[in-house]
Amino acid sequence: MDRRADGTAAERTIEHMARLIRMDRTGHSTLAEWTAADAASVEAAVAAFREQLDAGYYAVVSEGEGRARQVDELPLDADLVILRRPIAGG
Amino acid sequence: MSAAALPETAAVRWRPRVDARDLARRGRVWTLITAAHTVPFLSAAGVLFALEPLSAPVGLMALAHAWAIPELYAKRGAHVVAPRPRAGDAPERTALGLLGDLVGHEARELHARTGLVLERGRLGVWLVAEAGALLVRPGGRRVDCWCVHVEDGSLPSGDRIAHLLLALRTDEQGFATVANLAFSGARGRVRRRLRPAMRPALDAAGRAARAL
Repeated sequence: MDRRADGTAAERTIEHMARLIRMDRTGHSTLAEWTAADAASVEAAVAAFREQLDAGYYAVVSEGEGRARQVDELPLDADLVILRRPIAGG
Repeated sequence: MSAAALPETAAVRWRPRVDARDLARRGRVWTLITAAHTVPFLSAAGVLFALEPLSAPVGLMALAHAWAIPELYAKRGAHVVAPRPRAGDAPERTALGLLGDLVGHEARELHARTGLVLERGRLGVWLVAEAGALLVRPGGRRVDCWCVHVEDGSLPSGDRIAHLLLALRTDEQGFATVANLAFSGARGRVRRRLRPAMRPALDAAGRAARAL
């Protein structure tokens, strides 16, 4: 919680942003952030999501320890969507 | 783990989907292979010692073969979790942060000490590394060593592990189907060939697998 100049507490009003990230050589890159209430940010996130899937990435939503779900459409209610490359044996 | 099939399984359509029964069958095959490599040398050594004591050096060589060949297989198995070349410090730190967010405190701490991420599954307890994974089967006695990697060599090590971890969590059986089985054998054989720093992870996985 932030503090005003007079020392009283100021509540944050920024809405929680969901993130679309891609694991890459930098560690990871944030490709889009959105809130369900902001149609423009959702549209940009969906476009970025489709572009990455077309480039061969898979999208995964981690659902806590031991669970993950692969998605083909951007889940707008998810906090974090992770893009990964394919894996292979050998 | 989720039920949806891992898309990478489409690239290995000819492989039957791995399940616990299939793993048990493969384990028996590996035991037979080990016996096939060991028993003839042991028999030859025994015959040589019995027939002609002067042939003892040859008998000792046969015994050495009987010991070395299974050890080489186990070494190949342990090698699947060997560390790979690192990326730069900044990407490694960033990747480690994401990996840390994906796992619990216990797994995070174990990874910091050993470089391996412990993940409980239905087939057993997994230890995920950068380009492979160990599966400690329920009961904790047998370990399957899997070669599997993300198809991007430029990724930092934390991301390589995260790729495998997310795929494993998405579809455990599909993950084992895509991966190549490099070795299956007793946990102690793999442990001897692991880097000392990694052994505590295998011990922890063994304890967790005994409870399955």
